[in-house]
Amino acid sequence: MCATCGCGQENHSHDHEHDPLHAHPHAHPHVHPHEHEHDHPGDTGAAGRVVSLEHDILEKNQLLAERNRGWFEGRGILAINLMSAPGSGKTALLCRTLRELKAPIAVIEGDQATRLDADRLKESGAKVTQINTGPGCHLDAEMVARGLKELAPPLQSIVMIENVGNLICPALFDLGERARVVLLSVTEGEDKPLKYPHMFRAADLLILNKIDLLPHLDFDIDRAEENARRVNPQIRVIRLSATRGTGFDAWQEWLLDRLAAIMPEGA
Amino acid sequence: MHELGITENIVAIVRGHARGQPVTRVAVEIGRLAAVAPEALRFCFDVCTRGTELENARLEIIDVPGLRTCRDCGRETEADDLLAPCPCGSWNTRTTRGTDLRVKEMEIA
Repeated sequence: MCATCGCGQENHSHDHEHDPLHAHPHAHPHVHPHEHEHDHPGDTGAAGRVVSLEHDILEKNQLLAERNRGWFEGRGILAINLMSAPGSGKTALLCRTLRELKAPIAVIEGDQATRLDADRLKESGAKVTQINTGPGCHLDAEMVARGLKELAPPLQSIVMIENVGNLICPALFDLGERARVVLLSVTEGEDKPLKYPHMFRAADLLILNKIDLLPHLDFDIDRAEENARRVNPQIRVIRLSATRGTGFDAWQEWLLDRLAAIMPEGA
Repeated sequence: MHELGITENIVAIVRGHARGQPVTRVAVEIGRLAAVAPEALRFCFDVCTRGTELENARLEIIDVPGLRTCRDCGRETEADDLLAPCPCGSWNTRTTRGTDLRVKEMEIA
Protein backbone atom coordinates (compact mmCIF):
# COMPACT_ATOMS: atom_id res chain seq x y z
CA MET A 1 0.00 0.00 0.00
CA CYS A 2 1.16 3.55 -0.70
CA ALA A 3 2.14 5.16 2.63
CA THR A 4 1.22 8.66 1.45
CA CYS A 5 -2.34 8.27 0.23
CA GLY A 6 -3.24 4.80 1.41
CA CYS A 7 -4.27 3.51 -2.01
CA GLY A 8 -3.46 0.04 -3.19
CA GLN A 9 -1.15 1.17 -5.99
CA GLU A 10 2.51 0.93 -5.15
CA ASN A 11 4.17 2.99 -7.86
CA HIS A 12 2.84 6.50 -8.47
CA SER A 13 3.93 10.00 -7.64
CA HIS A 14 3.01 12.48 -4.91
CA ASP A 15 4.03 16.09 -5.01
CA HIS A 16 5.02 18.07 -2.03
CA GLU A 17 5.86 21.73 -1.77
CA HIS A 18 8.39 23.79 0.11
CA ASP A 19 8.43 27.50 0.65
CA PRO A 20 10.88 28.66 -2.01
CA LEU A 21 12.19 31.38 0.30
CA HIS A 22 13.09 29.31 3.31
CA ALA A 23 16.72 28.92 4.17
CA HIS A 24 18.58 26.03 5.67
CA PRO A 25 22.23 25.88 6.57
CA HIS A 26 24.64 23.53 4.80
CA ALA A 27 28.20 22.71 5.62
CA HIS A 28 29.06 23.04 1.96
CA PRO A 29 27.85 25.44 -0.73
CA HIS A 30 25.63 24.08 -3.46
CA VAL A 31 22.73 25.18 -5.64
CA HIS A 32 19.55 23.23 -6.12
CA PRO A 33 16.02 24.12 -7.18
CA HIS A 34 13.79 23.58 -4.23
CA GLU A 35 10.87 21.79 -5.75
CA HIS A 36 11.47 18.12 -6.35
CA GLU A 37 9.41 15.91 -8.50
CA HIS A 38 9.53 12.23 -7.74
CA ASP A 39 8.85 10.11 -10.76
CA HIS A 40 8.33 6.46 -10.21
CA PRO A 41 8.08 3.67 -12.74
CA GLY A 42 4.34 3.40 -12.16
CA ASP A 43 3.75 7.06 -13.12
CA THR A 44 1.67 7.23 -16.25
CA GLY A 45 2.75 10.81 -16.98
CA ALA A 46 -0.86 12.03 -17.15
CA ALA A 47 -1.84 15.49 -18.44
CA GLY A 48 -0.64 17.68 -15.59
CA ARG A 49 1.04 17.55 -12.25
CA VAL A 50 -1.30 18.58 -9.45
CA VAL A 51 0.34 20.47 -6.61
CA SER A 52 -1.62 20.83 -3.41
CA LEU A 53 -1.31 24.36 -1.98
CA GLU A 54 -4.01 24.77 0.72
CA HIS A 55 -3.12 28.41 1.13
CA ASP A 56 -5.40 30.99 2.76
CA ILE A 57 -5.91 33.74 0.17
CA LEU A 58 -6.09 36.50 2.78
CA GLU A 59 -3.20 35.11 4.82
CA LYS A 60 -0.81 37.88 3.87
CA ASN A 61 -3.25 40.55 5.02
CA GLN A 62 -4.02 38.57 8.17
CA LEU A 63 -0.34 38.27 9.09
CA LEU A 64 0.25 41.98 8.52
CA ALA A 65 -2.89 42.81 10.51
CA GLU A 66 -1.59 40.76 13.44
CA ARG A 67 1.71 42.60 13.19
CA ASN A 68 -0.15 45.92 13.33
CA ARG A 69 -2.13 44.66 16.31
CA GLY A 70 1.09 43.85 18.15
CA TRP A 71 2.51 47.24 17.19
CA PHE A 72 -0.55 48.99 18.67
CA GLU A 73 -0.58 46.82 21.76
CA GLY A 74 3.08 47.42 22.52
CA ARG A 75 2.46 51.16 22.44
CA GLY A 76 -0.76 51.16 24.41
CA ILE A 77 -2.63 52.46 21.38
CA LEU A 78 -6.34 51.91 20.88
CA ALA A 79 -6.91 51.41 17.14
CA ILE A 80 -10.42 51.87 15.78
CA ASN A 81 -11.49 50.91 12.26
CA LEU A 82 -14.23 53.36 11.31
CA MET A 83 -16.41 52.29 8.41
CA SER A 84 -19.58 53.39 6.63
CA ALA A 85 -21.08 54.19 3.26
CA PRO A 86 -19.84 57.45 1.69
CA GLY A 87 -21.52 60.43 3.29
CA SER A 88 -22.63 58.89 6.59
CA GLY A 89 -20.57 61.37 8.56
CA LYS A 90 -17.31 59.61 9.43
CA THR A 91 -15.23 62.74 8.95
CA ALA A 92 -17.74 64.94 10.78
CA LEU A 93 -17.66 62.47 13.68
CA LEU A 94 -13.87 62.59 13.70
CA CYS A 95 -13.77 66.40 13.56
CA ARG A 96 -15.86 66.70 16.71
CA THR A 97 -14.05 63.81 18.41
CA LEU A 98 -10.69 65.48 17.78
CA ARG A 99 -12.03 68.73 19.23
CA GLU A 100 -13.76 67.34 22.30
CA LEU A 101 -12.19 64.07 23.46
CA LYS A 102 -9.76 64.43 26.35
CA ALA A 103 -7.23 61.97 24.97
CA PRO A 104 -4.58 62.17 22.27
CA ILE A 105 -5.92 61.04 18.89
CA ALA A 106 -4.17 60.58 15.55
CA VAL A 107 -5.95 59.70 12.31
CA ILE A 108 -5.26 57.56 9.28
CA GLU A 109 -7.58 58.81 6.60
CA GLY A 110 -8.45 56.46 3.74
CA ASP A 111 -10.00 57.79 0.55
CA GLN A 112 -9.80 56.76 -3.03
CA ALA A 113 -8.48 60.18 -4.00
CA THR A 114 -7.69 63.70 -2.70
CA ARG A 115 -6.35 65.02 0.61
CA LEU A 116 -9.57 66.91 1.38
CA ASP A 117 -10.53 64.94 4.49
CA ALA A 118 -7.00 64.97 5.91
CA ASP A 119 -6.77 68.74 5.43
CA ARG A 120 -10.17 69.19 7.09
CA LEU A 121 -9.08 67.11 10.10
CA LYS A 122 -5.66 68.75 10.39
CA GLU A 123 -7.35 72.04 11.23
CA SER A 124 -7.89 70.55 14.70
CA GLY A 125 -4.13 70.32 15.14
CA ALA A 126 -4.15 66.51 15.27
CA LYS A 127 -1.67 64.27 13.46
CA VAL A 128 -3.33 63.03 10.28
CA THR A 129 -1.99 60.81 7.51
CA GLN A 130 -3.90 60.49 4.26
CA ILE A 131 -3.84 57.22 2.33
CA ASN A 132 -5.20 57.27 -1.20
CA THR A 133 -6.18 53.80 -2.32
CA GLY A 134 -6.43 54.67 -6.03
CA PRO A 135 -8.32 51.79 -7.67
CA GLY A 136 -8.68 50.04 -4.30
CA CYS A 137 -12.03 50.17 -2.55
CA HIS A 138 -10.79 49.49 0.99
CA LEU A 139 -7.77 49.88 3.25
CA ASP A 140 -5.66 46.81 3.90
CA ALA A 141 -3.21 46.00 6.66
CA GLU A 142 -0.18 46.87 4.56
CA MET A 143 -1.49 50.36 3.77
CA VAL A 144 -2.14 50.92 7.46
CA ALA A 145 1.37 49.73 8.38
CA ARG A 146 2.82 52.24 5.91
CA GLY A 147 0.50 54.97 7.16
CA LEU A 148 1.53 54.33 10.76
CA LYS A 149 5.20 54.90 9.95
CA GLU A 150 4.36 58.31 8.61
CA LEU A 151 1.83 59.09 11.32
CA ALA A 152 4.08 58.15 14.27
CA PRO A 153 1.22 58.32 16.79
CA PRO A 154 2.08 59.02 20.44
CA LEU A 155 2.17 56.23 23.03
CA GLN A 156 -1.08 55.55 24.88
CA SER A 157 -3.28 57.28 22.37
CA ILE A 158 -6.15 56.51 20.03
CA VAL A 159 -5.57 55.88 16.33
CA MET A 160 -8.71 56.33 14.28
CA ILE A 161 -8.53 54.61 10.92
CA GLU A 162 -11.18 56.11 8.67
CA ASN A 163 -11.77 53.46 6.03
CA VAL A 164 -12.86 54.14 2.46
CA GLY A 165 -16.58 54.87 2.26
CA ASN A 166 -17.93 51.47 1.28
CA LEU A 167 -20.17 49.00 3.11
CA ILE A 168 -18.89 45.85 1.44
CA CYS A 169 -15.15 45.48 0.88
CA PRO A 170 -13.69 46.92 4.12
CA ALA A 171 -15.56 44.25 6.11
CA LEU A 172 -13.22 41.60 4.71
CA PHE A 173 -9.90 43.16 5.60
CA ASP A 174 -8.57 43.08 9.13
CA LEU A 175 -6.31 46.08 9.72
CA GLY A 176 -5.12 45.06 13.18
CA GLU A 177 -7.70 47.24 14.93
CA ARG A 178 -8.99 46.69 18.44
CA ALA A 179 -12.58 47.51 17.53
CA ARG A 180 -14.72 48.11 14.48
CA VAL A 181 -17.22 50.93 14.38
CA VAL A 182 -19.80 51.28 11.63
CA LEU A 183 -21.78 54.45 11.01
CA LEU A 184 -25.25 54.56 9.57
CA SER A 185 -26.90 57.92 9.13
CA VAL A 186 -30.64 58.37 9.44
CA THR A 187 -30.77 59.79 5.92
CA GLU A 188 -30.02 56.27 4.66
CA GLY A 189 -32.45 53.35 4.78
CA GLU A 190 -33.17 51.52 8.04
CA ASP A 191 -32.77 48.24 6.15
CA LYS A 192 -29.08 48.80 5.41
CA PRO A 193 -27.89 46.33 8.07
CA LEU A 194 -29.88 43.65 6.24
CA LYS A 195 -28.61 44.69 2.83
CA TYR A 196 -24.96 44.74 3.93
CA PRO A 197 -24.88 42.06 6.62
CA HIS A 198 -21.13 41.37 6.52
CA MET A 199 -20.28 44.89 7.56
CA PHE A 200 -22.77 45.06 10.42
CA ARG A 201 -21.97 41.53 11.59
CA ALA A 202 -18.28 42.38 11.87
CA ALA A 203 -18.83 45.59 13.86
CA ASP A 204 -18.51 46.09 17.62
CA LEU A 205 -20.36 49.38 17.67
CA LEU A 206 -23.02 50.92 15.45
CA ILE A 207 -23.33 54.69 15.47
CA LEU A 208 -26.65 55.98 14.21
CA ASN A 209 -25.65 59.45 13.07
CA LYS A 210 -27.48 62.66 12.07
CA ILE A 211 -30.28 62.10 14.59
CA ASP A 212 -30.89 65.87 14.60
CA LEU A 213 -32.53 65.33 11.19
CA LEU A 214 -35.02 62.73 12.45
CA PRO A 215 -37.98 65.16 12.72
CA HIS A 216 -37.71 65.82 8.98
CA LEU A 217 -37.41 62.20 7.90
CA ASP A 218 -39.45 59.07 7.61
CA PHE A 219 -36.70 56.98 9.24
CA ASP A 220 -37.69 54.42 11.87
CA ILE A 221 -34.64 54.47 14.14
CA ASP A 222 -35.87 51.63 16.35
CA ARG A 223 -36.34 49.49 13.29
CA ALA A 224 -32.79 50.31 12.13
CA GLU A 225 -31.43 49.21 15.51
CA GLU A 226 -33.56 46.08 15.45
CA ASN A 227 -32.22 45.20 11.97
CA ALA A 228 -28.64 45.67 13.16
CA ARG A 229 -29.25 43.34 16.11
CA ARG A 230 -30.77 40.79 13.81
CA VAL A 231 -27.50 40.62 11.90
CA ASN A 232 -25.35 41.01 15.01
CA PRO A 233 -27.02 40.37 18.39
CA GLN A 234 -23.86 41.51 20.23
CA ILE A 235 -23.61 44.95 18.59
CA ARG A 236 -23.59 48.05 20.79
CA VAL A 237 -25.60 51.01 19.45
CA ILE A 238 -25.11 54.74 20.07
CA ARG A 239 -27.40 57.38 18.60
CA LEU A 240 -25.83 60.76 18.02
CA SER A 241 -25.48 63.86 15.91
CA ALA A 242 -21.89 64.61 14.97
CA THR A 243 -22.75 68.15 13.85
CA ARG A 244 -24.93 69.11 16.88
CA GLY A 245 -23.13 67.04 19.49
CA THR A 246 -26.27 65.26 20.75
CA GLY A 247 -25.43 61.85 22.21
CA PHE A 248 -21.72 62.55 21.96
CA ASP A 249 -21.07 61.73 25.63
CA ALA A 250 -21.88 58.07 25.08
CA TRP A 251 -19.39 57.87 22.20
CA GLN A 252 -16.65 59.57 24.22
CA GLU A 253 -17.31 57.26 27.14
CA TRP A 254 -17.15 54.22 24.85
CA LEU A 255 -13.75 55.32 23.53
CA LEU A 256 -12.29 56.25 26.93
CA ASP A 257 -13.46 52.95 28.48
CA ARG A 258 -11.66 51.05 25.75
CA LEU A 259 -8.55 53.17 26.04
CA ALA A 260 -8.47 52.63 29.82
CA ALA A 261 -8.86 48.88 29.28
CA ILE A 262 -5.65 48.61 27.27
CA MET A 263 -3.54 50.83 29.51
CA PRO A 264 -0.82 49.00 31.38
CA GLU A 265 -1.31 48.69 35.15
CA GLY A 266 -0.48 51.88 36.99
CA ALA A 267 -0.24 54.04 33.84
CA MET B 1 -14.54 45.22 -6.16
CA HIS B 2 -12.35 43.62 -3.49
CA GLU B 3 -12.22 40.65 -5.88
CA LEU B 4 -9.38 42.40 -7.69
CA GLY B 5 -7.18 42.40 -4.59
CA ILE B 6 -8.22 38.85 -3.78
CA THR B 7 -7.34 37.68 -7.28
CA GLU B 8 -3.97 39.41 -7.06
CA ASN B 9 -3.34 37.40 -3.89
CA ILE B 10 -4.36 34.16 -5.63
CA VAL B 11 -2.01 34.86 -8.54
CA ALA B 12 0.85 35.78 -6.19
CA ILE B 13 0.41 32.60 -4.14
CA VAL B 14 0.34 30.37 -7.24
CA ARG B 15 3.28 32.14 -8.89
CA GLY B 16 5.29 31.73 -5.71
CA HIS B 17 4.93 27.98 -6.06
CA ALA B 18 4.99 27.64 -9.86
CA ARG B 19 8.22 29.63 -10.24
CA GLY B 20 8.03 30.05 -13.98
CA GLN B 21 6.44 26.72 -14.91
CA PRO B 22 3.25 27.12 -16.93
CA VAL B 23 0.13 26.58 -14.83
CA THR B 24 -2.89 25.03 -16.53
CA ARG B 25 -5.40 24.99 -13.69
CA VAL B 26 -5.93 26.73 -10.37
CA ALA B 27 -8.51 25.48 -7.88
CA VAL B 28 -9.79 27.85 -5.20
CA GLU B 29 -12.32 27.27 -2.44
CA ILE B 30 -14.70 30.18 -2.01
CA GLY B 31 -16.98 30.10 1.00
CA ARG B 32 -20.55 30.99 0.21
CA LEU B 33 -20.57 33.46 3.12
CA ALA B 34 -17.27 35.11 2.17
CA ALA B 35 -18.81 38.02 0.25
CA VAL B 36 -16.82 37.18 -2.84
CA ALA B 37 -18.57 37.05 -6.21
CA PRO B 38 -17.34 34.14 -8.36
CA GLU B 39 -18.11 35.99 -11.63
CA ALA B 40 -16.04 38.97 -10.52
CA LEU B 41 -13.23 36.62 -9.53
CA ARG B 42 -13.23 35.03 -12.99
CA PHE B 43 -13.16 38.40 -14.67
CA CYS B 44 -10.25 39.56 -12.50
CA PHE B 45 -8.42 36.26 -12.98
CA ASP B 46 -8.30 36.76 -16.74
CA VAL B 47 -6.92 40.26 -16.27
CA CYS B 48 -4.42 39.45 -13.51
CA THR B 49 -2.92 36.38 -15.17
CA ARG B 50 -2.11 38.05 -18.48
CA GLY B 51 1.58 37.81 -19.26
CA THR B 52 2.26 35.43 -16.35
CA GLU B 53 2.82 31.68 -16.15
CA LEU B 54 -0.89 31.47 -15.29
CA GLU B 55 -2.04 32.91 -18.59
CA ASN B 56 -4.78 30.66 -20.04
CA ALA B 57 -4.96 28.66 -16.83
CA ARG B 58 -8.45 27.45 -15.97
CA LEU B 59 -9.87 28.83 -12.74
CA GLU B 60 -11.84 26.19 -10.88
CA ILE B 61 -14.04 27.63 -8.16
CA ILE B 62 -15.08 25.17 -5.48
CA ASP B 63 -18.18 26.36 -3.69
CA VAL B 64 -18.11 25.84 0.10
CA PRO B 65 -21.56 25.97 1.76
CA GLY B 66 -21.97 27.94 4.97
CA LEU B 67 -22.28 26.34 8.38
CA ARG B 68 -23.24 28.04 11.64
CA THR B 69 -23.84 27.12 15.24
CA CYS B 70 -26.78 28.55 17.14
CA ARG B 71 -25.77 30.28 20.36
CA ASP B 72 -29.22 29.60 21.81
CA CYS B 73 -30.04 25.99 20.95
CA GLY B 74 -26.51 24.82 20.11
CA ARG B 75 -27.52 23.19 16.83
CA GLU B 76 -25.17 23.28 13.85
CA THR B 77 -26.94 23.87 10.53
CA GLU B 78 -26.08 24.83 6.96
CA ALA B 79 -26.82 28.37 5.79
CA ASP B 80 -26.11 30.15 2.55
CA ASP B 81 -27.10 33.50 3.87
CA LEU B 82 -25.81 35.40 6.90
CA LEU B 83 -29.34 36.49 7.65
CA ALA B 84 -31.04 33.11 7.71
CA PRO B 85 -32.17 32.33 11.27
CA CYS B 86 -31.49 28.98 12.95
CA PRO B 87 -34.39 26.51 12.51
CA CYS B 88 -35.18 27.22 16.20
CA GLY B 89 -35.93 30.82 15.20
CA SER B 90 -32.88 32.45 16.78
CA TRP B 91 -30.75 35.02 14.93
CA ASN B 92 -27.97 34.55 17.43
CA THR B 93 -25.67 32.31 15.41
CA ARG B 94 -21.94 31.96 14.94
CA THR B 95 -20.60 31.17 11.49
CA THR B 96 -18.24 28.19 11.55
CA ARG B 97 -17.71 27.55 7.84
CA GLY B 98 -18.24 29.34 4.57
CA THR B 99 -16.20 32.49 5.09
CA ASP B 100 -12.87 30.96 4.06
CA LEU B 101 -10.98 31.73 0.86
CA ARG B 102 -8.29 29.19 -0.03
CA VAL B 103 -6.09 28.33 -2.95
CA LYS B 104 -6.53 24.57 -2.91
CA GLU B 105 -4.25 23.34 -5.66
CA MET B 106 -2.68 24.08 -9.01
CA GLU B 107 -1.88 21.96 -12.02
CA ILE B 108 1.37 22.38 -13.84
CA ALA B 109 1.68 21.41 -17.49
